[in-house]
Amino acid sequence: MKKELILNSAWCKGCGICVAFCPKGALELARGKVQRKEGTDCILCGQCELRCPDYAIFVQEKEE
Amino acid sequence: MAKVDMTDVREKDVNVSDLVFKYMRPEHLPHIWCPGCGNGIIMRDVAQAIEDLKINRNNLVVVSGIGCSSRAAGYFDCSTIHTTHGRAIAFATGIKMARPELEVVVLTGDGDASAIGGNHLIHAARRNIGITVIVMNNTIYGMTGGQYSPTTPTGDYGTTAPYGNIDRPFDVALLAAAAGATYAAHGDCFHVPETTRLIRDGIAHKGFSIIEVADVCPTYYGRKNKKGSAVDMMRNQKENFVTAAQAKRMSPEELEGRYVLGVIQELDFPEYTEAYEKVIEKAQGGAK
Repeated sequence: MKKELILNSAWCKGCGICVAFCPKGALELARGKVQRKEGTDCILCGQCELRCPDYAIFVQEKEE
Repeated sequence: MAKVDMTDVREKDVNVSDLVFKYMRPEHLPHIWCPGCGNGIIMRDVAQAIEDLKINRNNLVVVSGIGCSSRAAGYFDCSTIHTTHGRAIAFATGIKMARPELEVVVLTGDGDASAIGGNHLIHAARRNIGITVIVMNNTIYGMTGGQYSPTTPTGDYGTTAPYGNIDRPFDVALLAAAAGATYAAHGDCFHVPETTRLIRDGIAHKGFSIIEVADVCPTYYGRKNKKGSAVDMMRNQKENFVTAAQAKRMSPEELEGRYVLGVIQELDFPEYTEAYEKVIEKAQGGAK
């Protein structure tokens, strides 16, 4: 089953925890919200989901 | 991460993970906590622990008192009760006595559990009533503006301790353990899988269990004590807090000044509602 990273910017408060602890450095903050950093690889490890206090970032199975 | 069982859950209509959609009320999210507040992380740990244990939400009661952490009861989608300050454990005791078959989880803060409700905490621990208390310890009274609490470390600052706190802090889990808690553990915000496991074992444990989780309060504790941003405070937990397994491999010198996560007390002792059931049987002369 394929997985994908989902960002919910409506709930993101821009604390930067996911950005700091992403093992691949695949996230960045832009105008106070998290976004994927261009030119980086997301390995879908879900470390961001575990530590996001606002449930604004998560990994889920891709719908076919 | 294991897949969340979504069999009895309505169809998802918001952009949120399965776990959060199943156990929380997305219509009340995003929550009111500050950016970077650890309460959200701990609340997710609790949801994950409940999912791991496959507890039916109809048999789950979440009780909270007053404070930042106690807002959590409003976000859980099960039977919840938001009670008066410090009395969360007292209400939980009543619920467990009336309906011993229910799983009762108390979400409380350091002030709620150890100051205003300190009396209830030690006596619930002494009785060994089968509830689980999760103390979100941010070492300060966040909701009322940063006053020092019974867990504020000596020398640290609060709005009511502008020259430094002269009190010695409580270790809430140790306090409960000394009072007779049959499961007491320390967790934190950074080490999510370990803390989730401790919460899961605490809920599964028969008898009184307490999990004190070191929280992150960047807005009041962090700012008053120059601890930096939420990321800096999380990084401090990553670098200075060690799991029980890591601590085993470390020398006493290496462990100096470090906070060790894990179980500090686990005892086998009759659970209060079961003991009380026996009293009822005895009083009725075995007629029940």
